[in-house]
Amino acid sequence: MSENKYIPKTKLAKWFDSRLPLLSLSHHLKEYPTPKNLNYWWTFGGILTFCLITQIVTGVILGMHYVAHTDHAFESIEHIMRDVNYGWLLRYVHANGASMFFLAVYIHIFRGLFYGSYKAPREVIWIIGVIIYLLMMATAFMGYVLPWGQMSFWGATVITNLFSAIPLVGESITTWLWGGYAVDNPTLTRFYALHYLLPFLIFGLIILHIWALHVPGNNNPTGIDVKKNSNETMPFHPYMVMKDITALLVFIIIFFWFVFFAPNALGHPDNYIEANPLVTPTHIVPEWYLLPFYAILRAIPSKLGGVIFMFAAIFVLVLLPWLDTSKVRSSTFRPLYKKFFWVLVATVILLGYLGAKPPEGIYLVLSRIATAYYFIHFLILLPVLGRYEKTDPLPMSISDPVLDKPGLIDKFKKAAGQYEGENVGSFK
Amino acid sequence: MLGLLNRIILTILISIITTLSFADEQHSHGTNTNYLNTDWSFKGIFGTFDRASLQRGYQVYQEVCAGCHSVQHLSYRNLSEKGGPEFSVEEAKAIASQFEVEDGPNSDGEMFMRPARLSDKFAKSFPNVEAATAANGGAYPPDMSVLAKARAGGADYIYSLLLGYDDPPQGFELDDGVYYNKYMAGNKIKMSAPLMEGIVDYSDGTEATVEQMSKDVTTFLVWAAEPHLEAQHRMGFKAILYLIILLTLVYMSKQKVWSRFGSKEEPKEETFDKVEKVVTEYEGEDPKTFK
Repeated sequence: MSENKYIPKTKLAKWFDSRLPLLSLSHHLKEYPTPKNLNYWWTFGGILTFCLITQIVTGVILGMHYVAHTDHAFESIEHIMRDVNYGWLLRYVHANGASMFFLAVYIHIFRGLFYGSYKAPREVIWIIGVIIYLLMMATAFMGYVLPWGQMSFWGATVITNLFSAIPLVGESITTWLWGGYAVDNPTLTRFYALHYLLPFLIFGLIILHIWALHVPGNNNPTGIDVKKNSNETMPFHPYMVMKDITALLVFIIIFFWFVFFAPNALGHPDNYIEANPLVTPTHIVPEWYLLPFYAILRAIPSKLGGVIFMFAAIFVLVLLPWLDTSKVRSSTFRPLYKKFFWVLVATVILLGYLGAKPPEGIYLVLSRIATAYYFIHFLILLPVLGRYEKTDPLPMSISDPVLDKPGLIDKFKKAAGQYEGENVGSFK
Repeated sequence: MLGLLNRIILTILISIITTLSFADEQHSHGTNTNYLNTDWSFKGIFGTFDRASLQRGYQVYQEVCAGCHSVQHLSYRNLSEKGGPEFSVEEAKAIASQFEVEDGPNSDGEMFMRPARLSDKFAKSFPNVEAATAANGGAYPPDMSVLAKARAGGADYIYSLLLGYDDPPQGFELDDGVYYNKYMAGNKIKMSAPLMEGIVDYSDGTEATVEQMSKDVTTFLVWAAEPHLEAQHRMGFKAILYLIILLTLVYMSKQKVWSRFGSKEEPKEETFDKVEKVVTEYEGEDPKTFK
């Protein structure tokens, strides 16, 4: 980094920092130059860190009261809700916290897609991000199993059964995952152990994610490289810190509205019925944040095919930096890509909607079309667009993008033309 | 080119939404989800339980429902706790002592029965799910501890179901021991209409109509499912109010801090002036003549 280096002020600081450069690190984090034009969509990284810490803190305390046993899990949740001091608060924060975590991560991912944050030189940040996302889904899925309600049990049954689609070894893998011949106590206990473990792996990956970010520095809404240590950047503290806290507070207000006034709105009522292997719920649905992938899974007629497409839908994101061939990062200057970006957003929302519906009739037809479009977007549209799209002229720097803002001069001329009652062309 | 693309995208979007709303309508056909509307005092940001209604609801539960339905996660002490029916501790003790619970083993290694105490969970009518199922024609009367949260529609659903018993429409086949209910999924329910006028005798003089009893017992079940609801609402209001004040202060500080650096973007008017200048240069005219 070309930023100013940390110079220890005292002898003790110098002594310590030369042995473990923690002071240098904190100096770096404070002075880290950020583009001055970052908008509020850039505050979600901080929000996500907050989400993870909230989940870990509430989760560790819940773990002190939860009993991972099929005979006691459901009861222990009710014990937490009723008898543990503020247990209801801890559990509702943890359960809704998972939803809010995903809400934030989806905004964070789509922000990256919109502004081309995955492009060189930020491919590694992006790929670490995709791995974090994958681990988040695994963690959330296993967490949803722990209350041992009907959806916990049947969700676990459906998802673990997917592995049986793998040829030859599928059955053995499924048995191995279950720790038996059905979802039962051994499954619950290992899910609990893993649910406790994975967040710490995510934590480690987040450190790598931020480290990888601090090498090239932030992308920004224009997608143009900034000149570091110029008037185009500002130190992370206090500027970005204040902005991040402002956004975080808005986020927490929405979060708390759910926790206190609609704590079960995002869950499924069936999960308040204790798991019963003999009674299958009418519709088995995962939590809302997994629904798009569930829709893709069911859109494919064969089980193995469904599993492959579902995982491919995530892994295609790993290839994204190379699938998008456009040299221009920000979709602000990519009129066509911008349209297709919003179509992709609509497609994912549609898939989420369809994931909650039974896979039949028009729902199934639309699932298939949307699934196809999802892959077409990444595998065909992006490579082709990069080659043929006529992008808008890029500004020289982030400092004066205003003058070159596409269309502004035209708009002005048009307005002036109306005043004069003249032909717009005559101005030239 | 872009205009055409816009039109295509818009057309597809509209047709998908139309198709879906049509399909949803077809799918929801069969089960009535237009639940009866009641003013629940516990709804909303400041929602609290109607104490008298909770006490009456407990009475309906105990005298009518408890024969088949357990509430195994409630303890007798909950009846006197803040935010609940708020019986006095003596009343709650008296209620508990009416029930027998199994305890033990004693020093002889024998299990024995004793009157319930405040610390005991609500006594169950059946020792286990199988016994309850066998005694009720093969249909398990669900434990009602979290029933209000375990059914889509919650309180409205339970209230509607209690009032939803009706004669089946013509041609609707019902087996023995199965009843018609407008709000039950599939309209078939194995529980006969549990409430009828005057089945309980309210001590506070409230008339025990079916509507009144349904409302009271539903209120009781919502509290049973969420005993800390009032604390939750109170804390939520305080927390969010505090956060809004904090947000205002933080936002103002942020603006102050950022103003040190110079504004992020140039104000709009300035931009306009700049563009005006550029265009004027083209024309070699005085900007004033535009106005």
